Amino acid sequence: MRCRKCKAKAVLDIPRHHTAFCKACLTEFVCAQVERAIAEERMFTTTDRVLVAVSGGKDSLSLLDILRKLGYQADAFYVDLGIGEYSRQSKEKVERYTSAHGIPLHVHELKEDEGAGINDLADLVRRPTCSVCGTLKRYHFNRTAVEKGYHVLATGHNLDDEAARLLGNILHWQTEYLEKQGPTLPDSVEGFAKKVKPLYRLAEREIAAYAIVNGIDYIVEECPNAQGAKMLLYKDILNRLESESPGTKQAFYWGFLARQEADKQARPSMAEHDRAVLHPCATCGQPTTGEICSYCKLMARAKKDGPATTVSP
Amino acid sequence: MKVMLNHPVREVEVKGPRRVREVLKELNLLPESVLVVRGDDLVTEEELLRDEDRIEIRPVISGG
Ligand code: SF4
Ligand SMILES: [Zn+2]
Ligand SMILES: [Zn+2]
Repeated sequence: MRCRKCKAKAVLDIPRHHTAFCKACLTEFVCAQVERAIAEERMFTTTDRVLVAVSGGKDSLSLLDILRKLGYQADAFYVDLGIGEYSRQSKEKVERYTSAHGIPLHVHELKEDEGAGINDLADLVRRPTCSVCGTLKRYHFNRTAVEKGYHVLATGHNLDDEAARLLGNILHWQTEYLEKQGPTLPDSVEGFAKKVKPLYRLAEREIAAYAIVNGIDYIVEECPNAQGAKMLLYKDILNRLESESPGTKQAFYWGFLARQEADKQARPSMAEHDRAVLHPCATCGQPTTGEICSYCKLMARAKKDGPATTVSP
Repeated sequence: MKVMLNHPVREVEVKGPRRVREVLKELNLLPESVLVVRGDDLVTEEELLRDEDRIEIRPVISGG
């Protein structure tokens, strides 16, 4: 198989675009898709400071690599969840990559600041680990971006992630989540960082290929808590459809975005809606819809339940 | 040929010569969910693999 652009030996075929690329043209294609996403969704410009949430996996490290290559001011932020060997290895990948490229890295340690790793915290508040993890990560991503003076917080969510999430939300008719599924969420109120997903035009497989041909050393191992996750099932189903009819995933997610864009005129904007419902958390000052934000509620519960269950009478 | 698989890491033996596409089919893997690496190089589904080759099948789907 030959590269469609330069006829060199192809390393990846991309059925949804009826094309195949060699190493150099694949890198060019991936960078062009990210540039297009940034421009079309008005994410940021080269004068903005961007904080990239990195996990040590292929998506977030590739995103950091691509943004730097394209000339953006992108720094890294890592949350150490304290999940034994997995966290140790993923942190090492992040540290190695950022120090080799001279990229500033901010780290938040759950064990130091919340006093326990994610598994213990979830046990304390008796909630599913991934749900507690989601709350904590969202909270610290936003807070760190705002406090350290970044204009935008970027995450490595790709086309597969977004299509799978959309499928999950639609299967359960969780329409209240649909509005927040766009690639750009505005910094509608004070204390709320703008959130962007510059990889939403790229399939997971294309990003993994980018990481491999560009020699990015990422963690292949999965978070042990992800096993059997619903997301994996949705992704697998979508990939079965994709194999039968290439282009299904992008038709599904991009089609949703196009409809949402068309709907926009009819409804108040997300920023207006946010300004109406969000105000500072009484405890920490971060924006929330309740009196106290979900992070502070969680931590209060962990503290209250924590000692009570461990201290004997 | 030697085929290294991930999640969990393990090695299986597949008879060559055979195209990547056929190896994936034999192992019941979706082309859209994996990449195939030989040495330091990514190879496409059309690549012919020889009996003496050693390849890694890298899953690209993550659940986090
Ligand atoms: S799988 Fe769950 S616990 Fe692990 S990083 Fe993802 S959300 Fe957190
Ligand atoms: Zn080429
Ligand atoms: Zn709070």
